[in-house]
Amino acid sequence: MKEIELTNRINTTDKMVFDVKGLNLWYDQEQALRDINIGIEKNRVTAIIGPSGCGKSTFIKTLNRMVENIPSVRITGEILYHQQNIFDKAISVEELRTRVGMVFQKPNPFPKSIYENVVFGPKIHGIKDKNLLMEIAEISLKRAALWDEVKDRLKKNAIGLSGGQQQRLCIARALAVNPDILLMDEPTSALDPIATGKIEDLVLELKKDYTIVIVTHSMQQAARISDKTAFFLTGELLEYDETKKIFSNPQHKKTEDYVTGRFG
Amino acid sequence: MSDRETDVREIIQNNIRNKKGIVNKIMPVFFFIMASVSVLTTIGIIVTLVTDAYKFFSAVGLSEIFSTRLAPLRAEDPTFGILPLINGTIIITAIAMLVAIPLGLTAALYLSQFASPRVRKTVKPILEVLAGIPTIVYGFFAYTFVTPMLMSLIPTLESKNALSPGIVMGIMIIPLVASLSEDAMNAVPEILKEGSLALGSTKLEVAIKVVIPSAISGIIASFVLAISRAIGETMIVTIASGSSKAFTFDITRSMQTMTSYIVEFTSGDAGSGTTGYYSLYAVGLILLSFTLVMNLIAQYISRKYREEY
Ligand SMILES: Nc1ncnc2c1ncn2[C@@H]1O[C@H](COP(=O)(O)OP(=O)(O)OP(=O)(O)O)[C@@H](O)[C@H]1O
Ligand SMILES: [Mg+2]
Repeated sequence: MKEIELTNRINTTDKMVFDVKGLNLWYDQEQALRDINIGIEKNRVTAIIGPSGCGKSTFIKTLNRMVENIPSVRITGEILYHQQNIFDKAISVEELRTRVGMVFQKPNPFPKSIYENVVFGPKIHGIKDKNLLMEIAEISLKRAALWDEVKDRLKKNAIGLSGGQQQRLCIARALAVNPDILLMDEPTSALDPIATGKIEDLVLELKKDYTIVIVTHSMQQAARISDKTAFFLTGELLEYDETKKIFSNPQHKKTEDYVTGRFG
Repeated sequence: MSDRETDVREIIQNNIRNKKGIVNKIMPVFFFIMASVSVLTTIGIIVTLVTDAYKFFSAVGLSEIFSTRLAPLRAEDPTFGILPLINGTIIITAIAMLVAIPLGLTAALYLSQFASPRVRKTVKPILEVLAGIPTIVYGFFAYTFVTPMLMSLIPTLESKNALSPGIVMGIMIIPLVASLSEDAMNAVPEILKEGSLALGSTKLEVAIKVVIPSAISGIIASFVLAISRAIGETMIVTIASGSSKAFTFDITRSMQTMTSYIVEFTSGDAGSGTTGYYSLYAVGLILLSFTLVMNLIAQYISRKYREEY
């Protein structure tokens, strides 16, 4: 089948980057997501919160179809990315993933040099020109607020960086393929408070150019950096609203209990 | 404290006191002795090899030893050039590696990165069976099946030749390379592969750009073990490669390896105390140093190329 091109984001004026409609997901027989309907807005930070096992990771891994790497997964419903269903057979998941980048819970730099980490994506996707690659590396590292700390040791192994630096390197690596969305699954849960603060500042900076979806267990983090918050409970999207509203005047009792720390 | 608690405390105290007893002192000594056995055996082997090889080296001049003239059984003026044996060993090992490394590595890649769990569960035991076949069976297979088959392709092939045992030895070593490389590839953390997939790589790109580089030290270790195995392999070459002592690079002809030279002489008529007899020790010593060097190379390479994760 001929692959169709994903819409070029430059040409769209959509306010919504993802429109999720009636999404259900099962691991074997066990249903992990139930009838999720949510619109992710452009250039905003959307926080996904909820108790352990409620399906937060499953949900964001569905947005770049990484969840399909698990063989038992079955999905119904649709996710429109700029009006195109990402599950459409004609869409290439590889291309989708260059548009929808991902940062993981545990920093996972490749055991290669800092430079090689950042240009990994661009190289895979066919960029060979050394000057261009260097330019991409510099821009991406600057965007990830890491350039000043590593510019003198780009050829050194990334494993030698601190946890917080490694995580910002992973952000730079994701930015290097020019995504318009960044998915982050508890990106600071393995970091100390100072490194966490740096990532949070970075998220606020990045939202000017990118759309960010972030899973977090920290209510302070959600309140501080997100514009909208989605509260998941046992596979369902219980409440989705402006973050201010969720934290001050939620519709559901359970949301209130959760954000005030009464359960979860 | 209640009675029960006092009792429990007393039992624990007695128990700990008893552990300071004789068994706890003797067992470590016993383990040490057992461990020493293998070390002492190795030292014993090396000492024997070196002393008897020394007799050979002093009886035969170095210029003769490092020559291509090998005629140990000639009644008049036997010669002991070792180069034909080293040449035969290296050539047959090289042929085996040309078969074992590409096939073993691709099998490992397939099994660890692409095969479904069901395929993996069926193929791995088959590979292990392949590894368990006695080498004499492979030798027989080379001589009675592979050689005749190759003869129909290469009419000038001699009935004893280097090519056929080389290929069969390669087949024999595939499971070793496949299994060890697969272990190394499986040890690459899932999270690294996910990191690569999330950047839009295909599974093939993940395998080549992430899995192989991350597993490289284990993969190289498997190659080196394979080479050591090929150098030491005896039965296949004795049966299918014959005992020609000519120095040649023509793989369609018979060649003798160091190992099959030793077989020929220990099963034949090298009388104890003759130069021919001592030549066995010299060949054995050289064989041993080959494997030693291989191991050193392996350690060096894997230290140099290790990508830690
Ligand atoms: N690979 C899998 N196979 C089977 N079931 C899974 C798998 N991954 C997750 N699940 C199940 O799906 C449900 C949602 O899991 P998920 O990891 O999305 O939760 P989460 O909200 O991210 O939790 P946490 O806050 O602990 O990270 C859980 O019930 C979990 O047991
Ligand atoms: Mg999770």
